[in-house]
Amino acid sequence: MSSMPRDQWYVAAYRSEIGPELFSRTICGEPILFWRTRSGRVTAVPDRCVHRRFPLSKPPSRLVDDQVVCGYHGFAYGPDGRCVFVPGQSRIPRTARLLPYPLAEQDAFVWVFIGDPARADAARIPRAPYLDSPEFTTVAGMEPLKARFSLLVDNLLDLSHETYLHGGYIGTPEVAATPITTEVDEEAGIVYVSRHMDDAECPPFYAKSTGLAGRIARWQDIEYTPPCLYKLHSRIAPVGSAPNPDGTDPDAFHVEVVYAITPETEHSTHDFWAVARDFALGEEEVSEFLAENNRTVVLQDVEALNVLEQVISAERDGYQELSVNIDTGGLAARRMLQRQVRSGQTAPATA
Amino acid sequence: MNDVRGGRPMLPGGRVYRIHWVLGTDRLRAVCHCAAEREFDDPVGLWQWLLAHPAGHEQPQPNRPSRQSAQAFQLRPEIKEEMS
Repeated sequence: MSSMPRDQWYVAAYRSEIGPELFSRTICGEPILFWRTRSGRVTAVPDRCVHRRFPLSKPPSRLVDDQVVCGYHGFAYGPDGRCVFVPGQSRIPRTARLLPYPLAEQDAFVWVFIGDPARADAARIPRAPYLDSPEFTTVAGMEPLKARFSLLVDNLLDLSHETYLHGGYIGTPEVAATPITTEVDEEAGIVYVSRHMDDAECPPFYAKSTGLAGRIARWQDIEYTPPCLYKLHSRIAPVGSAPNPDGTDPDAFHVEVVYAITPETEHSTHDFWAVARDFALGEEEVSEFLAENNRTVVLQDVEALNVLEQVISAERDGYQELSVNIDTGGLAARRMLQRQVRSGQTAPATA
Repeated sequence: MNDVRGGRPMLPGGRVYRIHWVLGTDRLRAVCHCAAEREFDDPVGLWQWLLAHPAGHEQPQPNRPSRQSAQAFQLRPEIKEEMS
């Protein structure tokens, strides 16, 4: 049974990745071809010619006037996926069509719907408005992970690992030592994990980017909407500072750390990461520092999870792992993902 | 809830489960959307109790949370599977 929920929206790419060239990425085991048409719209269709399945992204396949031409036999398709040319004959078979994926461009991301297109509702796509807001400056990247996506979910839902895996970057002793509060709204599909450290060491990641020295108040509020979008609302402030009753928070630095956790296959994942800040706007030196350091942190996770994937793949079925208090949010996320897997296995709405 | 750091509700929905790590202890306090609450020392048993709602969710008794070990609950197989 697949562990990748279907009938769900996934981040396929950053909007900036898709231009007027052919671009391919595999999402939930489905190779998808993207390009931005001359009208500026992104199109997404299966990256396989209907004839003999040659990848349309692979040269000598090419894009000619908003039509993709298969490099094997010359079949040509428009941006709506309809075949417009079949070699050696004038009749175009009715089934010669690439079925387009439901798609939405939102908050710096290109989202695609994997599953029954009749169930695609773009209003269900969770938001991360900071990523293209002028009130924030954002650095971002994507790292390939050779591990199942649920391992990254486990990793991000329990930040106590920062103390051990990311010491010297974002980890300090207080992260693992501070209790969490977990909330789960099953109807809205949200897992929320809150860790508020009111008197903590300032890790280099935040000391160098904010200029704060000494002890800090450090709040971590995770908001995960399974399966794909993860947001860490990070608040860094002088000790004793708290937001005003009206919600303003002038003494604090806010960093929105966003991950899009997109399964590539059963055993590999696209690890999209972005760091949006509401201070030092446009300051290139701060951007370079945060980009380099966050990428280092992401790669520390990638290295650990790649090892973990090999361990889990080799172990016997039914291995009984241990969960403790720090796993409360991760367990809730697992349950929500399992329910999504089950609901995505039901009969198509179009049947 | 005064002894719970960061314990203020964040999600506004009407069917929200809340789990507070009781400050200074190793215990977790589960609060169901029906207001029943109970303390646990293991998150797996905690979720089994929460998700069994309304079974075993008697009215809360203020200032005297009941304590329950994970083993005291009949585990529903589908929940056990979801947590693995």
